[in-house]
Amino acid sequence: MRYTFANMDIEAGGGARFELASDQSLLVYFARQNRKGRAEARPLQTQITLQANERVRKLLRLLQLEPIEGFRNLHPGYCSLLVKFDALRLRHEEVEAVLRRCLERLDEVILPEPHQVEIPVCYGGEYGPDLAEVCAMHGMTAAKAIEMHAAPEYLVYFLGFVPGFAYLGGLPEALVTPRLATPRRRVLAGSVGIAGHQTGVYPFATPGGWRLLGRTPMAMFRTDRDGLSLLSIGDRVRFTPISAERFAALEKEWE
Amino acid sequence: MGVIRVRESGLFTTVQDLGREGFAFLGVSASGAADAISLRLGNRLLGNAEGAAGLEMTLLGGTFIFPQGATGALTGSDFGATLDGERVDLWTTFAVKPGQTLRLGPTCSGARCYLCVRGGIAVEPFLGSASTHILSGLGGFEGRALRKGDVLHMGAASGLARERRLSARAVKMAEPRRVLRVTPGPQSDWFDEASEPLFYGSTYRVAEDANRMGLRLEGAAIPMPRDDTWPEETGGNAGPSRGTGGMVSEGVTLGAVQVPDGGMPIILFVEQQTTGGYPKIANLISADFHSLGQLRPRDEIRFERVAWETARSLLSEQEELMASEELIFE
Repeated sequence: MRYTFANMDIEAGGGARFELASDQSLLVYFARQNRKGRAEARPLQTQITLQANERVRKLLRLLQLEPIEGFRNLHPGYCSLLVKFDALRLRHEEVEAVLRRCLERLDEVILPEPHQVEIPVCYGGEYGPDLAEVCAMHGMTAAKAIEMHAAPEYLVYFLGFVPGFAYLGGLPEALVTPRLATPRRRVLAGSVGIAGHQTGVYPFATPGGWRLLGRTPMAMFRTDRDGLSLLSIGDRVRFTPISAERFAALEKEWE
Repeated sequence: MGVIRVRESGLFTTVQDLGREGFAFLGVSASGAADAISLRLGNRLLGNAEGAAGLEMTLLGGTFIFPQGATGALTGSDFGATLDGERVDLWTTFAVKPGQTLRLGPTCSGARCYLCVRGGIAVEPFLGSASTHILSGLGGFEGRALRKGDVLHMGAASGLARERRLSARAVKMAEPRRVLRVTPGPQSDWFDEASEPLFYGSTYRVAEDANRMGLRLEGAAIPMPRDDTWPEETGGNAGPSRGTGGMVSEGVTLGAVQVPDGGMPIILFVEQQTTGGYPKIANLISADFHSLGQLRPRDEIRFERVAWETARSLLSEQEELMASEELIFE
């Protein structure tokens, strides 16, 4: 690995970099990027990313608690926040100035207590059609792969892609696997997949390129629930292995 | 309140308004009309609020019966509409007598035609919007495209229905462009020097599977600089394609021009994913968003780079005209 953490500097107060994303949006980055614009640290599983993501969560929290007139949408990412604004009322410079003032106050922002969420997963077979291949790629048994996937407490870095899709970081190094070369046209709702250092649950039947290890009967996004999404940014997640019988019982119970 | 009976749904007809902003932190994209200018103009003609819900038809329109009658307006592309066999013009209000049938056919021009009615289409809002989000099955009419046999309710309207038509200047503004104007994307400088002339000098064709999530383009492939020392980590979205190594997923916005591994650009559209892991070479300017909504598969487009200041003034001009008195004639 030719990049080191030493050349990453996240200054105490600022350390943020701004980039114009469109005529009505501005990106704030919390990790420095090199010449090609790439973050100068392995993006996940590092202290740097965790710190940068905490700043993303704090800025999001602050902007949600004290909404700015003319800000229309907030798109958090691993190390960045995209602010979409009303371009008839605000210019990029004004948005940047507002955000800089917010950044000075980040240290006083108290993040909400994260929810600890347990997600039951039936691994392998029809539930996790890629488990066998992932095991073959890493030379491990299915039992070992399941044990490893269900071991960590994952952090919800942000929600994106589709409603309720949480990007979970903290996948054990031994399970790190590239995504499928050819994505599936349709992944079933509840499918639990891995890609690179990430894992996540598909809330809806969508196309998808992550390797599927299992499936949960839990609804990730429901309109009859406060907050809609089962997971929120900053939450902690554990997966619990369940049998096919238990999956069927829970599916019925939660219908 | 009157109803609309769907006798034929057309190819892909959904209830749309101006979308739901403010929920990207939950992964919920704004959605909304693909050609918002046309929807807004239809509502303006009818005296509705600009953001009232209407029907967005795609490539092939539907057939609708109005048992109690209605006042309507068609905007966007010409789908050859007739009311009980009589031709109905675009960009003007028309009265529907009780029991009459409005029939639309295949498009004669662009991709989408809007049917607005006085009082708007009444559906239960989801997160403050009537817009249908197809992928997640949320919002609109039962979260899906209309089907034969559906019955839609129209909202209440006050005052007298008046006959109105759009000024020639306003119709011209709504005309879709084939040269789409863009500003640089946040990763513009990732691409090598040959990429920009290629991107701006080439004609691209809209792929067959273009939809409300995004428009895939076919044409000159943009080479992606690759740094092989980078493992594929957080790169890429969870979506249809493989991510680009090294790129950290970040928020993406409407009209972003992403370049995935194959080099064929994808323009993110109204039902976009809220985050993505592909580098973006450019972003459409806001004043040209409505043009995207009128692009059909196989249509040819080009990109033209404009200054940030130009993007701002084009949007201001568009909104000034939208707000002006000359927009509509009685």
